[in-house]
Amino acid sequence: MSTTLLAAEPVLEVRNLCVDYGLGEDAVHGVTDATLTLHRGEVLGLAGESGSGKSTLAYALTRLLRAPGVITGGEVLFHNRPQGSEHTETVDLLAADAARLRQIRWSQLAVVFQSAMHALNPVARVDAQLTDVLKAHRKQMTPAQRRERAVELLRMVGISEDRLRSYPHELSGGMRQRVMIAMALALEPQVVIMDEPTTALDVVTQREILEELMLLRQRLGFAIIFITHDLSLLIELADSIAIMYAGRLVERAGASELFHAPRHPYSLGLLNSFPALHGERVRMEGIPGSPPSLTALPGGCAFHPRCGYAMDRCRTDTPPLLQPQDDPGRDRLAACWLQDGRQAPPAPLAARPTTADGATGADQTPGSDR
Amino acid sequence: MAAATSTIAPVPPVPAARRASRIPRSPKVIIGGSLLLLFALLAVFGPVIAPHSPNWQASTSNSIPQPPSGRFLLGTDQFQHDIFSQVLAGGRDTLLIAFLAGVIATTLSILVGVTAGYIGGLTDELLSILANIFLALPGLLILIVVMRPLPPGDTNNPLIIGLVIGLTAWAWGARVLRAQTLALRNQDYVESARVIGERKPRIIVFEVLPNLLPILASSFIFTVIYAIGTYVSLSWLGVINPASNTWGTMLNSAQQSSAMLSNYWWWYVPPALCVALVGIALALLNFGIDEIINPRLRSTRSRHRGVRFTLGLTPVLRSGPAGTGPAGPPAAVALSAAEAEGGDTATAVAVSHRDSTAPGGSTPPGDGTAAASTIAAKGETL
Repeated sequence: MSTTLLAAEPVLEVRNLCVDYGLGEDAVHGVTDATLTLHRGEVLGLAGESGSGKSTLAYALTRLLRAPGVITGGEVLFHNRPQGSEHTETVDLLAADAARLRQIRWSQLAVVFQSAMHALNPVARVDAQLTDVLKAHRKQMTPAQRRERAVELLRMVGISEDRLRSYPHELSGGMRQRVMIAMALALEPQVVIMDEPTTALDVVTQREILEELMLLRQRLGFAIIFITHDLSLLIELADSIAIMYAGRLVERAGASELFHAPRHPYSLGLLNSFPALHGERVRMEGIPGSPPSLTALPGGCAFHPRCGYAMDRCRTDTPPLLQPQDDPGRDRLAACWLQDGRQAPPAPLAARPTTADGATGADQTPGSDR
Repeated sequence: MAAATSTIAPVPPVPAARRASRIPRSPKVIIGGSLLLLFALLAVFGPVIAPHSPNWQASTSNSIPQPPSGRFLLGTDQFQHDIFSQVLAGGRDTLLIAFLAGVIATTLSILVGVTAGYIGGLTDELLSILANIFLALPGLLILIVVMRPLPPGDTNNPLIIGLVIGLTAWAWGARVLRAQTLALRNQDYVESARVIGERKPRIIVFEVLPNLLPILASSFIFTVIYAIGTYVSLSWLGVINPASNTWGTMLNSAQQSSAMLSNYWWWYVPPALCVALVGIALALLNFGIDEIINPRLRSTRSRHRGVRFTLGLTPVLRSGPAGTGPAGPPAAVALSAAEAEGGDTATAVAVSHRDSTAPGGSTPPGDGTAAASTIAAKGETL
């Protein structure tokens, strides 16, 4: 499903973003030094266990993080190119004021929230909620045009027109999630951030919605940041994947590269946690232990207490996010001392011979058989 | 920043400290609590430490109030009573009556409100009608009508007055509790308790009531404030036996002697100030209850002045250029203009760094899923 990027033009750049919960001495570091680039039309997956900071990162870069969240450093640059415009303008989202953010949010940068159950207003009909945003951002539209657009949006996500006058409680969970997605796409944004949009749904519905989403993306060309803890889903869906652990990015790679040759022990652990549908039977190995509390992070690499490859150095020094030394030239990064070239990485974390090409690699993922 | 965060020392969990941090320490709560403590101590020990008995007269021939002096700290009234002694002694009955009325009214409001909300049906209808009738009745008028026929000895008895005020003050609390109980009774944990066969009284006491505690506490405090106001008004109106010595009766005698017109401010200002201060103390304490109900308030509103948390506009608080190490104190502190309150950025950061209590209210950055679903369990979704 992953499409080759037409041009690697960035639309959203996150540099050294740091997010704290609370202020002063007792602040908890929710996200530390996150650096990401989202290209136009790209699907970037953000994966990690619960509490690893993926949602915090996404909410921070939209400045939607609730109190006591505070952004303590870094930059978020949004390269805004409104629909039909040739001119690209760079907006620093962290310096933007409320009015500027209001212009950008939803129309250029939309968010699909996690629980559609609570995000839709239970006493307003679907069409009212869909047309509300058009009333605010597309002032020239007539009521008839707005209604037409609402119908179009619903059809886009596979809901028939007669649901327009329904209340949210009259829709099923999957339909509500589709309405949420339709609302997010109402103004044809350049970036859509999806925070576990399908977590509450069964796999069949999830599949339908994601397939529709990917078709829409091909047609409309928006970029997606997809947050989930379901790595198998990401491998199938995303162009590139960022793995988070304890508030830090530990690995960034193309989806199929990550699947075939993870370079961080944590990514390897995640990949070993779900079975392949093809191939021989292997013993499933999870990751021993549980994620650390962010208030009491272990020193050095935060993953070392759970890591089978931990060395002395891992207990004292925090590894930076660097290119693996034995595999130069690829667009991938890992934050692990095993990859700094001082020693050969253990076989499961070493470079692998390249598969024929990335696209076929993605088709062999276990998730594609759901 | 990068290097700074890598050297966080592991913090051992301290349950005792965490519990202590549940009690809000905002200035409001501290001021309110200490004021109330002061007045409670005065109520207990005031008459003992007062230099004179409230009925003691400095002279029986002089009928001109004396202004404050070294001999009479707050001066005297028309009958040469020592105002300072009267103020010290006058709090006891007022506070006793107010708290008694608060307890009685709160108990009644629980009985009526929670029962009506939980049982529902005809019971609810009848109890709601009762509460509505009591709400519609003008409280002060009813009290006057009830109090007038009582013998003077009874209008002097704080227990009876407290009871009567309590009996007229429960209706508002009952309505609030009923509404909240209605919202709670269909929660899953209440329904499951019903399904497994718990009895109604047990469900009400163990499943519903604990969730009403914050509302109960604030409704109690407001009833106490109401009772103080009511009692002082009644004494000021002369319904309460003027022979009893309270802040209200002091105001009553000051009013009757036209202290206001004659500018005898030392006569009416001290008791009025006491009434106002007790009310303020209770209202300030109520903010503390607010913060226990909603821990987010603590971290957003009361702890760190200078950083304003706005929904949908996460504050950006940069300490030094990104990427530099732990370069001592934050030299270049830049608050984005939208967040700086009054532009006083330096103090804002100083305040936020000085406070070192444990983060009781700050939640770890969860991603919304309450259940700790680990990646290891993801195989089953395939």
